[in-house]
Amino acid sequence: MATNVKKVGAAVLVTAVAIASCTTVKEYQKNKLNDSEMVLGNRKIQKTESSFQSYREGASGANGGKTGGGCGCN
Amino acid sequence: MRKICLSVAGIFLTLFASFAQIGTAKDTTGYKSRKLTFEEANLVSSYYKQEGNNAAVTGGIGTQHLTDISNTIDVKFTKWDKKDRKNSFDFEVGIDHYTSASSDKVNPQTVSSASAADTRIFPSVTWTRENEQKGSTIGGGISASSEFDYFSLGANFSYAQKTKNKMGEFSGKLQAYIDRVGIILPVELRQNSGGGNDDDGDDFSYKPRNSFSGSFSYSQIMNERLQLMFIADIVHQQGFLSMPFYRVYFSNNTVHTETLPDSRTKIPLGIRASYFAGDKIILKAFYRYYKDNWGLAAHTIEMEAPVKLTPFLSVAPFYRYYTQTSIDYFKAYQVHTAADKYYSSNYDLSAFNSSFYGAGLRISPEKGVFGIKKLNMLELRYGHYSRSNGLTSNIVSMNLKFK
Repeated sequence: MATNVKKVGAAVLVTAVAIASCTTVKEYQKNKLNDSEMVLGNRKIQKTESSFQSYREGASGANGGKTGGGCGCN
Repeated sequence: MRKICLSVAGIFLTLFASFAQIGTAKDTTGYKSRKLTFEEANLVSSYYKQEGNNAAVTGGIGTQHLTDISNTIDVKFTKWDKKDRKNSFDFEVGIDHYTSASSDKVNPQTVSSASAADTRIFPSVTWTRENEQKGSTIGGGISASSEFDYFSLGANFSYAQKTKNKMGEFSGKLQAYIDRVGIILPVELRQNSGGGNDDDGDDFSYKPRNSFSGSFSYSQIMNERLQLMFIADIVHQQGFLSMPFYRVYFSNNTVHTETLPDSRTKIPLGIRASYFAGDKIILKAFYRYYKDNWGLAAHTIEMEAPVKLTPFLSVAPFYRYYTQTSIDYFKAYQVHTAADKYYSSNYDLSAFNSSFYGAGLRISPEKGVFGIKKLNMLELRYGHYSRSNGLTSNIVSMNLKFK
């Protein structure tokens, strides 16, 4: 339990430092970030893939899709 | 099946034709239309085929041959209100049709039972309202899903807020699914008296299965090329969580139906990253840790690298690795005993690892795909899936985007 708390604490610390070190990006500097391939999350074409994975695997969620319910899957 | 495909194509073409009446001219002047304006439409079609020899319907042994054809159409409209907020309306309808060799064994006494194939229809409507000045977005949606032995109603509410410098965004989403499961037992376990059920047309009873979830994420722009997203979900399910026609054979060769606890809590945590390397390559990564109170823990790692061959053509190879431990209640064919309170021989809940790899092709020419100006984008994607316990599958998908 204590080990898990330390791991989570370390992850939070690293994340906080990383976010604090990010640089401000102006709107006109976002052409690469706004590229359609840069989207964070599953694209529409991955809908059926996500669906079959939620049937064939025990884990689901944290991917912007369904996390349980709505179908006969897990 | 042919009728379904033709119907889907018909609905899509009718909807698409109707957009021409609404007006699709792209705004280049800064003018924001107060009228309902067509934004885009997407048709996503997939064909999925799997093979394996651990069917849950037959107690963890037997063929898992299955095919599935899926078509989804979504149409998005936008409208700016008097307070200069952007309202988006997304209408979606999907149809899945599958054939399953193992489902056919629910009642092997028939030549080909009704459960050998089924069609699922799932419509949904989503509304969002974005306030650009405040950097906030609220939304809500409703959905339904219907198949022969399963019916679901869903609702969701979402809220997102950008940080002051617009470098980060927090979002939260609450979802509820109120489902009911048709209690179709394997034929040899059906009783003739009261509550009779079968998959060949007679009435059968239903039991509830409800799912409630909260999904929270924070996305952050790190620099001109890198952005991250942290995701945390919590899900609670309660009700009838087994599948009534999944057989479990005990060590004494008696047959039972899968029996699992009536509640399950899941916690998936994820992180995503997108990085634009150079001018032509994008590196995307996803990691997820998952744990639930049935004893299942899982790790997922996914990587994708879209390469822009030209400004309008890209190829994206991808690889996904997944590993999970077994639930506490899984045992193989004829291993469970009468001492077990809960039992399942569903290999989807056993310990295994899997690989999924393939590639996508995306074409988005300035003058439209095949010279059709309204056909904004064509995307094709193929993937091969293999599990350490022998299950393999292939999936091919296509996305047509109209703008």
